[in-house]
Amino acid sequence: MGAAAVALLLFLTFGTLIAVALQSEGVARLSAADWAAVRFTLLQAFLSAVVSVALAIPVARGLARRQFWGRSLLITLLGAPFILPVVVAIIGLIAVFGRTGVLSDALAIFGLPPVQIYGLHGVVLAHVFFNLPLATRLFLQGWLSIPAERFRLAASLNFGPADMRRVLEYPMLRKVGPGAFMLIFLLCMTSFAVALTLGGGPKATTVELAIYQAFRFDFDLSKAALLAMVQFGLCAAIAIAAFWVTLPASMGVGLDRVTQRWDAMRTVSKISDGAFLSTAAVFLLLPLMMVVVRGAPTVLTLPGPVWASVGRSLIVAFASTVFLVVLALPIAIWSTTLKRRSVGAMVEGMGYLTIAASPLVIGTGLFIISFRYVNPASLALPVTILVNAAMSLPFALRSLVPSLLDIEQNYGRLSSSLGMSVWSKMRLVVLPRLKRPLGFSCGLSAALSMGDLGVIALFSDPSQGTLPLMIFRLMGAYRMDDAAGAALLLLLLSLSLFWLFDRGGRTNAAG
Amino acid sequence: MYSSRYPPVALKDEEMKYLTIAAGLVMATTAHADTPVLNVYTYDSFTSEWGPGPAVEAAFEEVCGCDLQFTAAGDGAALLARLQLEGAHTDADIVLGLDNNLVAAATETGLFAEHAPLNAEYALPIEWDDSVFVPFDWGYFAFVHGEALEDVPANFEELAASDLKIVIQDPRSSTPGLGLLMWVKAAYGDRAPEIWAGLSDNIVTVTPGWWEAYSMFLEGEADMALSYTTSPAYHLIAEEDGTKASAPFDEGHYMQIEVAAKLASSDQSDLADQFLEFMTGEEFQTIIPTTNWMYPAVTPAEGLPAGFETLNTPSISLLTPAAEAGTVRDAALEEWLSALSQ
Repeated sequence: MGAAAVALLLFLTFGTLIAVALQSEGVARLSAADWAAVRFTLLQAFLSAVVSVALAIPVARGLARRQFWGRSLLITLLGAPFILPVVVAIIGLIAVFGRTGVLSDALAIFGLPPVQIYGLHGVVLAHVFFNLPLATRLFLQGWLSIPAERFRLAASLNFGPADMRRVLEYPMLRKVGPGAFMLIFLLCMTSFAVALTLGGGPKATTVELAIYQAFRFDFDLSKAALLAMVQFGLCAAIAIAAFWVTLPASMGVGLDRVTQRWDAMRTVSKISDGAFLSTAAVFLLLPLMMVVVRGAPTVLTLPGPVWASVGRSLIVAFASTVFLVVLALPIAIWSTTLKRRSVGAMVEGMGYLTIAASPLVIGTGLFIISFRYVNPASLALPVTILVNAAMSLPFALRSLVPSLLDIEQNYGRLSSSLGMSVWSKMRLVVLPRLKRPLGFSCGLSAALSMGDLGVIALFSDPSQGTLPLMIFRLMGAYRMDDAAGAALLLLLLSLSLFWLFDRGGRTNAAG
Repeated sequence: MYSSRYPPVALKDEEMKYLTIAAGLVMATTAHADTPVLNVYTYDSFTSEWGPGPAVEAAFEEVCGCDLQFTAAGDGAALLARLQLEGAHTDADIVLGLDNNLVAAATETGLFAEHAPLNAEYALPIEWDDSVFVPFDWGYFAFVHGEALEDVPANFEELAASDLKIVIQDPRSSTPGLGLLMWVKAAYGDRAPEIWAGLSDNIVTVTPGWWEAYSMFLEGEADMALSYTTSPAYHLIAEEDGTKASAPFDEGHYMQIEVAAKLASSDQSDLADQFLEFMTGEEFQTIIPTTNWMYPAVTPAEGLPAGFETLNTPSISLLTPAAEAGTVRDAALEEWLSALSQ
């Protein structure tokens, strides 16, 4: 079973790529506009990573050395963008930064012209919204990993803020910084929904978006395939580069401590910490509050088709979660029970392939393979389920594998000596102890699938869309109140799905 | 063409579809045997609550003994891509909403079939003689603005020099977007890339369809939107709001003729022919001016509705012959993409 799961995964990543490569064979070169898309993809990913990292450093420092009311809530909130659907955030960002948004209204009071959100800056803004929290958590972990004793020692040696930075903080930043940068760069490379909604035409088109346009606008399969090859090449190059700087682990625990800092007692640093923390909090909270405020009046009176799309999204979320378990458990078990640990690690490594894979490249490949035989619209939901499950696999493996290794170490020999069959071992020993990481993985997968706006846009016809696709169309028609209502609904559904699964895994969890 | 302000998501048809699917397991087979279904793929706004869709559906179903179902599938040019994507598996019997610029490309796909002979007296600005594509309305592209606008530009060069904000549509997915591309090309020829480079900083964003762009304009996200000289009639007649106007451009206005055609793969070929004939008939053509906000392809007996006489009539009309449109489009699209991606 593990082998079958790995085979399916290899088919999704490399099999579809072969289909794409065959299709793109002998096609014309990239046009000027395609090169512009490549440049834009790299530029926006670079800027998003730089800005996120640059802002995260002072915010994380403030969090690491200040105790204040709402601190732990703010840290919890920093984990939320991970399961926050992209369209929801975009609705909120438009409500704040759009030409008719809160910021423009405020500027108008001072007689200043309104701001525009479409284009490069809008795309970077949205990416920073999603990745600033991620980067902040990574740096916060970095800060808290510096033993408190060192700060105490430094204080007793009369270190000023400059010495503190040079001796203690810079080395940590040098260790965490490159990894955080590469991780965000990689995530922004495959960004689709943000460029789809906030891009401003050919000037702000990512490669991922260009693939979609080649499909849905020109129906130029060869062009789509060529762009898919380019996207794969870019992702592979970045992933290899990222491998060198070792990506940091993103799920940290123990962020609740505050380091005592004698060098930070000065008023100047108090003010600057306060300013960074409150700005970050407002930047992250205001868009979400706007979704709630604008969405609350319409959420219960949404038109019928929106509710129908809710049904489809729930089906997608549950099905891809089931599918994730079917993929993740066999791979995790196989990789942890293989006699040779190096082979096991390789199996596990296959599971991480999809981190660098682009959903639209996979979608393009599946389309090329299947469209001669079936109506693509009828494949929209199955493909979305499959791709979403594959995309959440790396996160699931990351939480399952360590637990499985523990279980094997503690109970493996006992189970063998009792002569337990594979199934009774699973039922009596493994699964009860795996509840918690499994619940967490399922929650993550359900929330991610619920909010995904990617491969569905490639296949689906408008009347068969999921909730995120419906929100995108409502936004397109500029029915912002209905869009906000639907976004609020999506937000609530995603969070409850995550909560439901995660909570389910925690209750009566053994070990 | 389609000035209704409500988007495709509120479609009665779509809701009907879900109900049909829900009830389908039990009833579909018998229902299907009783009433033949005619599937029409069209652009979003055609099927909206305020568009021609509901009235056309009611009127045709009265005479055809069939179930007419509209599927909204993006704007005009995306419709063609959608049909290519579905190929022979498509459920569509009719596509409604391609235009003169797409006729050549559409013919090339081989997806469409000749229609039964029609004897319509077209009131089109040009001779129409095509055995596959049937016109249902026409109009002139124009930038529409609100009352507050001072110094309305009189041509593309003035627009490019101004700091007015405009929203346009993507020529790869939308027929108005494609029309604008052809307009600039017809008016400026080799200077087109230069004009686009000049317009680049006026463009707030490029939307996939007409509807998105016009909605953004109505919500105040731009000073002008690419639409039609007939769009102000919607505001005048339906909303009694005389403040919207189209900007007359002295280099002339490009024309659009919207067409429908029968799919070769259709299993309802006769019904499809009946629909195309109905489409050029009195009833359909009377519905068009005040729901799709375009000039009818065949003038109804009562003439044009009151209010249409207030609209700008361009002194120069521009049009690239359908046969050349494909080649011109490809070159112009390349220019547009490179000018706007810089």
